Amino acid sequence: METILEIKNLKTHFFTKAGLIKAVDDISFKIKKGEIVGLVGESGSGKSITGFSIIGLIDAPGRIVSGSINFKNEPLLNASSNRMQSLRGNRLAMIFQDPMMTLNPVLRIDTQMIETIKAHDKNISNQEAFRRCRDTLGLVGISSPEERMKAYPHQFSGGMRQRVCIAIAMLNKPDLIIADEPTTALDVTIQGQVIYEMQELCKKTGTALLWITHDLAVVAGIASKICVMYAGRIVEQGSVDDIINKPMHPYTIGLIKSVPSQNKRGEPLHQIEGMVPSMLELPIGCAFHDRCTETIENCKIEKPIETNQSDSRVIRCFNFKDIRK
Amino acid sequence: MTAFILRRSSQSIIVLFIMSLLVFSGVNLVGDPVEMLINPEADQAEVERVIKELGLDKPITEQYWYFLMNAFKGDLGTSFIFGEPALKLIVQRMPATIELALFSLFISLIFAIPLGIYAGLKPESKISKTIMAGSILGFSMPTFWVGILFIMFFAVYLGWLPSTGRGEIGSFLGVKSSLFTLDGLSHIFLPALNLALFKLSSVIRLTRAGTREIIHQDYIKFARAKGVAESRVINVHLLKNILIPIVTIIGLEFGSLIAFSTVTETVFAWPGMGKLIIDSIYNLDRPVIVAYLMIIVIFFVFLNLLVDILYTLLDPRVRIQGSN
Repeated sequence: METILEIKNLKTHFFTKAGLIKAVDDISFKIKKGEIVGLVGESGSGKSITGFSIIGLIDAPGRIVSGSINFKNEPLLNASSNRMQSLRGNRLAMIFQDPMMTLNPVLRIDTQMIETIKAHDKNISNQEAFRRCRDTLGLVGISSPEERMKAYPHQFSGGMRQRVCIAIAMLNKPDLIIADEPTTALDVTIQGQVIYEMQELCKKTGTALLWITHDLAVVAGIASKICVMYAGRIVEQGSVDDIINKPMHPYTIGLIKSVPSQNKRGEPLHQIEGMVPSMLELPIGCAFHDRCTETIENCKIEKPIETNQSDSRVIRCFNFKDIRK
Repeated sequence: MTAFILRRSSQSIIVLFIMSLLVFSGVNLVGDPVEMLINPEADQAEVERVIKELGLDKPITEQYWYFLMNAFKGDLGTSFIFGEPALKLIVQRMPATIELALFSLFISLIFAIPLGIYAGLKPESKISKTIMAGSILGFSMPTFWVGILFIMFFAVYLGWLPSTGRGEIGSFLGVKSSLFTLDGLSHIFLPALNLALFKLSSVIRLTRAGTREIIHQDYIKFARAKGVAESRVINVHLLKNILIPIVTIIGLEFGSLIAFSTVTETVFAWPGMGKLIIDSIYNLDRPVIVAYLMIIVIFFVFLNLLVDILYTLLDPRVRIQGSN
């Protein structure tokens, strides 16, 4: 199938007063048309920065230092700001983590939706734009969308607001939606519904989805491919089956063991020893080596490079083969 | 909404009553207007006649009672100096002050909001730093001194603009104001600029602070992620949010523009209420002082009400209690 997004050796660094933060450091992955890819990692591992790098909204002092992002064979890093603006919200959409903060509190829902269409289609009539917005709102499961269009964000609950955001992302039937922890702020019941709806919508429209989350359980349910991020790098990527059932990287193994449902009743929960290192002072060698159970001498000296295990399976570890035994 | 306005109005009557008590007793504690009014060589009989005529022989409680009773009838007393109703004197001079305040508000807003947004968007740039340094200057320079400098520079040295008085008055849609004639505009420009300088600085700082806060909000980033043009992000998404604190401050500041335009009006000999109150304080013209202060209180109460109503229009999350 056709590749929608191809990221190669992307590095996004933040030049802060405290020092250099390599938020995204040499990551590569691909998303095919209509595919759902999960990007998993702890807070601060660079997942969201990856998302913002793709749509070109990295705030200062951050900057994409090197690498390439190809979207439908178009290199995005050289694209003009006008070109990026015409892609954003049109071919490339994003859903943010906190629905309570994503909608402008002083503008009505219809204003915020219609402007998304009008930004990319100057000639569309107001009525036509309104109809499309209303229909999309109905599609994401908001009842009586016609009336709700005239409401303000504070008149919606969190789950409803996230649906509005999803509807906004879907408005122009984009080729790729980057969903940055879209269900984290929601109740579990609502979470399930939203996930289900997004999955259905993507199937219907052929939209690819990059699902950023820290929740392995969620992503295992919807994605066909998973990338696991740690300290700005993708340490392991592969198909859902491979990652969940045959994890290779010690970090992935630790993550999967940490899912509470993997535990026997009454046993203490599993945890990965140690803390996520500060991005300002990453350990020399593999960033994970001082928390890892399989550390060898080389891990403390050198950064592991990516090795392909199969077509879809890539891993960044010196000592993973022994783990599999 | 009606219930809200009614409740606020009744509250303001209490405020007015307390204010009248304070002002009346305060004014009666200082100085002796009789001494100011009559010829120092007048004999005792003459002095007593004047005291009686002005009603100053009665105990202060009784004087206050008379004042209150008359105030209910819309009579705030008669000026000792002009021999005319105090209210009439003030109302006559009110348009001049209001047009001055409005025009200076206009000047400060059209400059302050764009400058403040710019300084907020690019806090590190040299222009922004210049704007902010300038605003501190505008804050700290005394109004009367700047006024005199303006006169020196624009009226005396360059000779471009007149230095004193109110110009020709034009009429537009039944409203009479010097804003409608070229001569009037040339007269109002300097005092309005003088009065605007302080507001300009505070609104710049407020706009900048608001911009700095709002620009990092998720909904601004989301608007950009939707592909909305940057001009719309600033003019709609950002501006509507920063207007909320600005409207509050402007509402209150407009009251103070009117109340405290005295300095500017004195420097530029602008025939407004501010000049009247200064003259009245010099002459201990008690009824005018009291009436002026009462009117200023009403102004503030009214402006606060207006701000509250504007608030609900700008921010849909704010709902006035008692309305649906």
